[in-house]
Amino acid sequence: MEADSKPKKSGARLCCVCNQNRAALKRPKTLEQICRECFYAVFEEEIHQVILENQLFKPGERIAIGASGGKDSTVLAYVLSELNRRHNYGLDLFLLSVDEGITGYRDDSLETVKRNELQYGLPLKIVSYKDLYGWTMDEIVKMIGLKNNCTFCGVFRRQALDRGAALLKVDKVATGHNADDIAETVLLNILRGDIARLSRCTSIITGEDGPIPRCKPFKYTYEKEIVMYAYFKKLDYFSTECIYSPNAYRGFAREFIKDLERIRPRAILDIIKSGEDFRISTTTKMPEQGTCERCGYISSQVTDAFTLPDTL
Amino acid sequence: MACNSSTCNSSGCYKGYVEEEQPKPNTKAAVNGGNSCQNLCVKCKVNEPVCCGIGGENSRFCKDCFKNNLYGKFKQAVTYNAMITPPDKVLVAFSGGPSSRVVLQFVHEMQYKAQKNYDANKDKSLPVFGVGVAFIDESSTHSFTSQHIEKAIEDIRLIVSNLAPPSKELFVVPIESIFSSDGIDGKERLKELLDAVSDVTGKEDLLSHLRILLLQKIASENGYTRIVLGSCTSRIACHVISATVKGQGYSLSADIQYVDSRWEIPVVLPLRDCPAQELNTLCSLDGSLKIVELLNGPCSGINGLVSSFVKVLQEENPSRECTIVRTAGKLTPFHFNRVPEIHDSNVPSATRRHQKRYTLKPNGSLSSDSFCPICNSPLKKSNFPSSLRSHGSQQNPDLFASACSSCQFQILPKDPSLMEEFLSLLPQQMITKAKHGDQGNFSLLREQIQEFLFSDGENEI
Repeated sequence: MEADSKPKKSGARLCCVCNQNRAALKRPKTLEQICRECFYAVFEEEIHQVILENQLFKPGERIAIGASGGKDSTVLAYVLSELNRRHNYGLDLFLLSVDEGITGYRDDSLETVKRNELQYGLPLKIVSYKDLYGWTMDEIVKMIGLKNNCTFCGVFRRQALDRGAALLKVDKVATGHNADDIAETVLLNILRGDIARLSRCTSIITGEDGPIPRCKPFKYTYEKEIVMYAYFKKLDYFSTECIYSPNAYRGFAREFIKDLERIRPRAILDIIKSGEDFRISTTTKMPEQGTCERCGYISSQVTDAFTLPDTL
Repeated sequence: MACNSSTCNSSGCYKGYVEEEQPKPNTKAAVNGGNSCQNLCVKCKVNEPVCCGIGGENSRFCKDCFKNNLYGKFKQAVTYNAMITPPDKVLVAFSGGPSSRVVLQFVHEMQYKAQKNYDANKDKSLPVFGVGVAFIDESSTHSFTSQHIEKAIEDIRLIVSNLAPPSKELFVVPIESIFSSDGIDGKERLKELLDAVSDVTGKEDLLSHLRILLLQKIASENGYTRIVLGSCTSRIACHVISATVKGQGYSLSADIQYVDSRWEIPVVLPLRDCPAQELNTLCSLDGSLKIVELLNGPCSGINGLVSSFVKVLQEENPSRECTIVRTAGKLTPFHFNRVPEIHDSNVPSATRRHQKRYTLKPNGSLSSDSFCPICNSPLKKSNFPSSLRSHGSQQNPDLFASACSSCQFQILPKDPSLMEEFLSLLPQQMITKAKHGDQGNFSLLREQIQEFLFSDGENEI
């Protein structure tokens, strides 16, 4: 059904769930009129169901939440600790933050994470590029400019998360990737011819054969709803883009998805469903994911996080 | 969460792997030594170039080489996939637009050459394939003046009559003929049916499903063995995106292959490798390739949005459509995505051997026996239980339960009480499929236990 554009009627409109309170918002996912309390309930319950149906966690596990200070990871930390309490998941939750050493961006968002540590009562571990590798991103960019800076940052961050997770002795890392992110990635992989990634990008758990598995509890959660939740709950988060990222290809997919959502909200979930259903043969030739010869962590075929600093 | 850099190469980034797409067309002229090379057709190096292909400055062709380049792609698609063989009668679906004009032209030229060979040959063992043309008149679904329509049809008649010898039969069929004549006015019924679909995209898609059913009907009633569509790379790229967006990722690979034999009359796409831009250029270069102005309105809803999206991408990189189709081409096709085996002894054995070599081996474990009755897309096996369970449990559950999730959402009525009326408006072919859907499941089960059954009579379901 296409989005209703009729003007708002005057007079009280009731929440369609409890039929008692006045509706405070329209759910972006379903366009239902709903009150705040029922929105919190349905938002949290859906995530709880995703966790159960996909068996994301086991009792007694130590889980690191990848925390950038942005809205996705803040809401994830809040909701996970709430659900952990409410439904007795029996998890030990930690906040894990990576400090790339980007002035004016990361130093600000880290302040947010430090506040989250106090607000949510979750122990925080910060791993920094400086400590791990001896370099900050600012220093790297000074050396190599803005051409391949993301190459280094991406490899380092992934390693940093793995190392931080190992230092915390956790069993899994949970990240705040949401439905919009995953739908964008599915489209991007089609546009760019990356069949290998296309087959993996909708998996809710990845890296099970590596050092630390990662999971995405927000796989079916709409970005707009995360924002709405953070807004109404007045959660503390930091929102800007990394200062080193120029306009990029993902922007095309993002614009398109925004337009799609306007005329058919469920299209975001439909893209994810398509991604899950694509008939990709397991015998299709796939590029292999490499591991570093020296420490066994994931590295790309080309770069090795040990030798990169040597090249700088 | 997302990497926003266009230059990023990290393994955590979508750009990490070696990109499989074609490089962006080089806007600098090819370095071939000397200015003179920049002013010659890249192919024959003799004539002056008059146009560019998708490759931009690197693909400047003269008129003949440009056309031959496109014809070559067409011919290769036909041969490699054994699309057309001597005993075939081929029905070309003609909409009037550039792609269908070109495919009609190329099919005609192929037929003309075959005819000449036949006439010159003493041994007349190989007959020439027959060609017919079908134009579906959808004027009842929108409000063009009857004058406009009649003029368009006249133009089409002229085009087809000029494509002789060999002469070709032309079928001008109104879309409402899909309903078998049983006293109800076709136009009224079509209008009621389309009005019953509230979703704009659903309406457009339902119309295109009706279109294909009508083509099947025309082909079947007139002895045609193949239907040729002018679907080009661009159209297929749009379909890849729109099917993804509608949740049809499973069935997508069925729709984008060279051959689609799930229909009674196999459907072939010989222009699959030709971009719309090049087909348009060909039509504007060649005065004899007259286009009839498209009579259908522009797409709206999801289809329109996808179309503008692909257009934007194409402007950013002219080889994007090809990359999209190539990526989707890596998805596993279905067992029906090849021509049925040729048993006709009239077909040269070389052709039959060739077909056997290049057609896909059917993968039994991936074959699916059930199809959506509305859009005919193959359904994932997980749909089996739902249609079996609902069989006979309510009054008319078959249609909803046996349809794919996309049709359930955008075409079928939301209100179950309206389902029966909707059923009565659908063309007979879809109703039959809905009923057969269940029986298809049963027959699959039966196949698995066949060897243990004793006599047919006792075990009929």
